Amino acid sequence: MKEVFVRLARCVGCRQCEISCALVHSESRDIHQAVWERPLPRQRVRVTREGSEYYPLRCFHCEDAPCIGACITGAMHLDEDVGTVACDTTRCVGCWMCVMVCPYGSIRIHEGQKVALKCDRCPDEDEPACVRGCPTRALLVKERALVV
Amino acid sequence: MGRLEGRTVDPAALEMLKRAEEQGLETAWDRCRAQEPLCGFGNLGVCCRICLQGPCRIDPFGEGATRGICGAQDYSIVARNLIRSIAGGTAAHSDHGRHVALTLLAHLDGQAPDYRIADPAKAEAVARRIGLNPAGKTPQEITREVTLAALRDFSRLEEEPCTWVTSTVTPGMTEKFEECAIMPSNINGAIAEVMHRSTMGVDADPVNLIFGGLKSALADYAGCHLSTDLTDILFGTPRPVRSYANLGVIDPAKVNITVHGHIPLLSEIVVDVAREMEDEARAAGAAGINVVGICCTANEVLMRKGIPLATNFIAQELAIMTGAVDAIIVDLQCIMPALKTLCECFHTRLITTIPFSKIPGAYHVDFREEKAKESARRIVKLAIEAYRERDPARVHVPQVKNEVVAGFSLEAMLEVFASVNREKPIRALVDAIEEGEIRGIALFAGCTNTKARHDEGHLTIARELARNDVFIVATGCAAGAMAKAGYMTSGAVKEFAGPGLTRFLERLGKASGFDGGLPLAFHMGSCVDNSRPVDLAVLIAKEMGSDVADIPFVATAPEAMHEKAVSIGAWAVTLGFPTHVGVIPPVYGSSLVTEVVTKIAEDVFGGYFILETDPMKAAEKLIEALNYRNWRRKYSTASLDEAMVAE
Repeated sequence: MKEVFVRLARCVGCRQCEISCALVHSESRDIHQAVWERPLPRQRVRVTREGSEYYPLRCFHCEDAPCIGACITGAMHLDEDVGTVACDTTRCVGCWMCVMVCPYGSIRIHEGQKVALKCDRCPDEDEPACVRGCPTRALLVKERALVV
Repeated sequence: MGRLEGRTVDPAALEMLKRAEEQGLETAWDRCRAQEPLCGFGNLGVCCRICLQGPCRIDPFGEGATRGICGAQDYSIVARNLIRSIAGGTAAHSDHGRHVALTLLAHLDGQAPDYRIADPAKAEAVARRIGLNPAGKTPQEITREVTLAALRDFSRLEEEPCTWVTSTVTPGMTEKFEECAIMPSNINGAIAEVMHRSTMGVDADPVNLIFGGLKSALADYAGCHLSTDLTDILFGTPRPVRSYANLGVIDPAKVNITVHGHIPLLSEIVVDVAREMEDEARAAGAAGINVVGICCTANEVLMRKGIPLATNFIAQELAIMTGAVDAIIVDLQCIMPALKTLCECFHTRLITTIPFSKIPGAYHVDFREEKAKESARRIVKLAIEAYRERDPARVHVPQVKNEVVAGFSLEAMLEVFASVNREKPIRALVDAIEEGEIRGIALFAGCTNTKARHDEGHLTIARELARNDVFIVATGCAAGAMAKAGYMTSGAVKEFAGPGLTRFLERLGKASGFDGGLPLAFHMGSCVDNSRPVDLAVLIAKEMGSDVADIPFVATAPEAMHEKAVSIGAWAVTLGFPTHVGVIPPVYGSSLVTEVVTKIAEDVFGGYFILETDPMKAAEKLIEALNYRNWRRKYSTASLDEAMVAE
């Protein structure tokens, strides 16, 4: 199973992962056109900082995910084929229980559509956009077993 | 399309790109790939590094920071960055002009004996234009007065307008610039003002900032124009000249010296000295010395001396990779530091010549006006020395070169026009516009850029416009693209020009007895020489009784790269040209600034930016802009007639 890993020392806080994430979730996938789209494309990753260290925070796709347990409609579910925690936005009613219970603060509110917004690990891409967009290669996608 | 084919449409460049890959040599295109994805904040212009609290950036998708630490909004940040870029371009062009002025003065003071006043008639013409009386004065006296007047445009402390702006545009344009408070009085002052007003805690009003930028842009225009004038006086006003362009001009049998950069003060002398030192080259076993050019130094020596053009900006490394360049002499601007590493892979000597433009590891021959020939001789000697070390096994020169007719200063162009109208040469062009034989005029300018397919924008738009009967003039690396592709020949007229343009060029060619026929695109010089097409536009506007904002004259920079292109683009818009740019400049981070430069600018100045990356769509939009101006002109003339009838 593939997983996105972070090499902490390499993150310089440039937030290019945020831009890449929003772009891959835009209509045009072009920076010069995406800024004119309405609604604006949303990113699913956010760079946070603790002291002098930066961390690109995204969904960890927990094996035992509290958000799935808390979801009252069953919108939040485990996609077993790819090992991701996914949100079926057609079933999401915007109760924000998932947002409350996520220990990492990785789930956000899509204000326009009133649905939970989270990392989908770019199912249509060879490599998640945040990984591809990272200029220092702080983000890596690897087989979990190989790293551990 | 293969990966390498996607990088360039120039067959010589493509051949060298393939060879580069075989030999594991790195090019700008490889480095461009390593830069991907480009920083989204920088690309949109919303990254502010002006004070030490930051760097700050605005989240373009509206979720994160909407203001910098100081509270600056996206529009203030984008506008400040934009005008600082204009100031960078202004500094480059005007410093180039100032350097030429100081060389002229040194010569007049007897300290630069290797130079001469090559064109006293130009000195006299410039003197008249700026309101000096040349009667009864020697060429030296006139040149001194003109040069001092040019230097006053850098140093004036009173709030008087720059001479090189007011004396080169229409009274209506001067009035407009005064009205908008963007008339510069001092080139250096305009640059300083941009740096000041855009520093932390000064101007936050985006429109006010942009107007400040336009003042600097006009100062850039003055710097360009005085540079052209003084360079013409010093080295001669270009006249039609035949030569060749593209990498095939590098001659493996000879010592090849490449001149690269922008300011021709040394390269002109190198060309002369090389002719004197042929024997030394022969003694080293070569068949002679072959000087070729890259970028705008190439354009300068092509225009005045017929020196062949090897290639334009983005392909500069490919010339070295031929293995047959013995020395590359660089002056300033657009010189890739990457040349050093590349030259280490060959025998090629990289020689920097300007005290403030050095590259670690390169040879540096300090160029001094007072010892110009001596400096040039040292350089040619280095080249001959290097030739002895050349490895013939590594030589590979693509057999691609095209004929080019260059040297169309405004003076030379008017001489051609005079063949059909001796009294008022410009009528030749104006009549053709008014009769609809040609749709208008397009200036091709600007650089080449890895963001676009090398030369494709220039050539595609040129073909489309020519097909639609647009008269084409070109400068800088845009002119380089056309020269390399053979668009500056009469053959290209047959191949690409529409019926009206063909008729016009053939009639003129016949009347003037122009040897070999007139070219499809007229080479008007280096990027600093963009002043020449402006003179052409102003002349047309005056003849039509209007301003540049009213005449069917557009500008395009399909592959703009340098800050100089930003400043030229800014003054082109201010002077009234619809101006296409084929790469998106960092302004999209602010919808307000984008609207100002693409739309509102037209309401104020008549000129505006067309930002379009697709060359075919760009051509369409340029033609639309010409059509609109033609329609408006006819409409306003017709309504005027009606009004007179009613009276």
